[in-house]
Amino acid sequence: MSGTHAHTAAYVRDTMLPEQAPPATSVGVLGWMRANLFSNWFNAILTLLSVAFIYQVLAAILPWVFQSSWTANSLNECRAQIDAAYGPHAEGACWAVIRERYLQLIFGFYPSELYWRPILAFALTLAALGPVLFTALPRKMLWLSVAAPFLVPWLLWGGSAWVPVAVALGFVLGYVAFRVVASVAGALLGAIAAGLVPVLWWLLLASGWAGLMQSVLPLGIEAVDSRNFGGFMLSITIGVVAIACSLPIGVLLALGRQSNLLIIKAICTGFIELIRGVPLITLLFVASLLLNYFMPPGTDFDIILRVIIMVTLFASAYMAEVIRGGLAALPKGQYEAADALGLDYWKAQRLIIMPQALKISIPGIVSTFIGVFKDTTLVSIIGLLDPLGFSNSIRANAEWNGIVWELYGFIAFMFFVFCFSMSRYSMYLERKLQTEHR
Amino acid sequence: MKKSVILGALTVASLVAGGAAAATLDDVKARGKLNCGTNTGLVGFAAPDANGDWQGFDVAVCRAVAAAVLGDQSAVEFVPTTGKTRFTALASGEIDVLARNTTWTFSRDVDLKFTFIGVNYYDGQGFMVPKSLGVSSAKELDGATVCIQTGTTTELNLADFFRVNNISYEPVPIETNAEAQQQYLAGACDAYTTDASGLAATRATFEDPTAHVILPEIISKEPLGPLVRHGDDEWADIVRWTLNALIAAEEYGVTSANIDELAANPTSNPEINRLLGTEGNLGEMLGLPADWAVKAIKAGGNYGELFEKHIGENTPIGLARGLNAQWTDGGLMYAPPFR
Repeated sequence: MSGTHAHTAAYVRDTMLPEQAPPATSVGVLGWMRANLFSNWFNAILTLLSVAFIYQVLAAILPWVFQSSWTANSLNECRAQIDAAYGPHAEGACWAVIRERYLQLIFGFYPSELYWRPILAFALTLAALGPVLFTALPRKMLWLSVAAPFLVPWLLWGGSAWVPVAVALGFVLGYVAFRVVASVAGALLGAIAAGLVPVLWWLLLASGWAGLMQSVLPLGIEAVDSRNFGGFMLSITIGVVAIACSLPIGVLLALGRQSNLLIIKAICTGFIELIRGVPLITLLFVASLLLNYFMPPGTDFDIILRVIIMVTLFASAYMAEVIRGGLAALPKGQYEAADALGLDYWKAQRLIIMPQALKISIPGIVSTFIGVFKDTTLVSIIGLLDPLGFSNSIRANAEWNGIVWELYGFIAFMFFVFCFSMSRYSMYLERKLQTEHR
Repeated sequence: MKKSVILGALTVASLVAGGAAAATLDDVKARGKLNCGTNTGLVGFAAPDANGDWQGFDVAVCRAVAAAVLGDQSAVEFVPTTGKTRFTALASGEIDVLARNTTWTFSRDVDLKFTFIGVNYYDGQGFMVPKSLGVSSAKELDGATVCIQTGTTTELNLADFFRVNNISYEPVPIETNAEAQQQYLAGACDAYTTDASGLAATRATFEDPTAHVILPEIISKEPLGPLVRHGDDEWADIVRWTLNALIAAEEYGVTSANIDELAANPTSNPEINRLLGTEGNLGEMLGLPADWAVKAIKAGGNYGELFEKHIGENTPIGLARGLNAQWTDGGLMYAPPFR
């Protein structure tokens, strides 16, 4: 059979043709554009329209951004400089206000010789978050994560070094109480003791002990009043505390809401619905105004602390619902499997339920975080000078009155950097945990 | 940290509750600082400068009080307050005195239980329009759109004014002064109305201030003054007479330049001597050192000097003295005798 073909055909190619380069219209930049931008006439029109739109926007914004003045000392000087450099009627940004006030926008009224403290506190916070967020980092760094909650506030507010030690000691006492009581009288009493002992310590003995230690061995740094907090430092302080505290509280609330214990369930549901049913701004007004009326006159309950507590409660309620969504998405079989393995409630939650539920909830959790961080700007309404509040104060100087876009642009840029990083981290985490293949 | 502070605060709260009615003067002296409520930012009246120091006409009153009471004009903790939080802050004791361009009205004085200790600036509501509108009187504004800050007395004054003159207008509600400037410049409204001092400050920021005019009509009385809580008259006296000392100092020609000399060598004018504590015991009556007024005046200067420095005609705001001139110059500034 093999020979027949040679006789019937006049010519047979016995070598392969060399591969040819694909046509110029389907490779490289041209090919990409053809495939993605001009695949048919309708897409081509849309592409052209989009390009024209982008051009218009950039043509309006870019000259304004770059025909700017960085050196002036007032808005009028800015205008004069821009007119001199780019001709009359040139529109340009007066970035000089940012040059003059960026430290204020970042640190508020924090004493300038102590700027190293918030910077160190911020670095410490990042270093403490590192091992929690990225498993590749050395596990030894977790000790830093444990120490940071005590070190960071001490760095920010200053004062006696014995105060954070006293607070930390409360946790140690709680742990000791749990071990001792649990071994004698069972786990439930142990848990109660673990809750009660630290509270009693903090309430009755901690401040006295800290004062005593301070008088024996003075150790401390200059105290800074929270009144001096402002700008991004304030936003980040409120945001980080609210974010860090809202997740554990939210998990507990979500579990409480699903609990079979009637009272716990009622309390958790009531709390979540109450907080979620009220706008954050109302809670902030409660913190700044109503509490003032309830407390005895002359009470100096730190306003920033009040705000942090309110924002944390608010974030926790939302977090609880996000996590409840994750819990609800878990198949019932997972709960039954945990029961079948003979795990107790907390072990089942810790080993089986929560890892899966939190994994599902990541996008929701992170968007709650981003929302909370952005909501911190609402504190400007109750007179705290966060970046937005500060932009108003800066405008109240005769030199800078009338400046709007430059300040808002700078603030928006800073917020974007933080929120975008959070969003990218959540995407990294999702990829790493591959929730979509669950 | 957090918990300990809360719990600490609660403990302190219960301890303090008993002695809450203590005199403000003693509290301030014990604290070593005056807590002064001020604006979060109002051109000429209160604003933090590049170093974070508060400056302005209202701020100067706080500094004078701090200087009189504590002998140090920098011993002030400024508490920025908004229009919504200012009265609660004062009523709850968070601040000792509120100097935040607050209009002295009947209900605030009587119903809200505050004591206005005087007037440091007589303001009034005015209108600003573009010159191109061709309007020379507010009564010609029939049918105009007017930018107005919501929730303020200016809103009510505006309605009254147009009703009294039987003309119509369309309000464009806005939230902040900065927003108003943008809206007005963008042509969203024909006229912008707020306190005349605010109009002057706003106009000074425009690229071409000459293209806008402030109409002659002043449609409301806005006596702005510092205030304290009801019920502590000793403290009210201190703040009241500190302000009076500043005003009287201008009347008698006592300035920050010549005050050292006048205080060192008693003059032939007994009124000045009593004011500066070289004669009589006015300071003792207030429970303050004899040179309390010297310290207060040295903090920033007398009333006229403060006016010129923060809002006067040589500043970008460029306000004329007008009603705020001394009574001897046809104004309303009239300090009762120091006797």
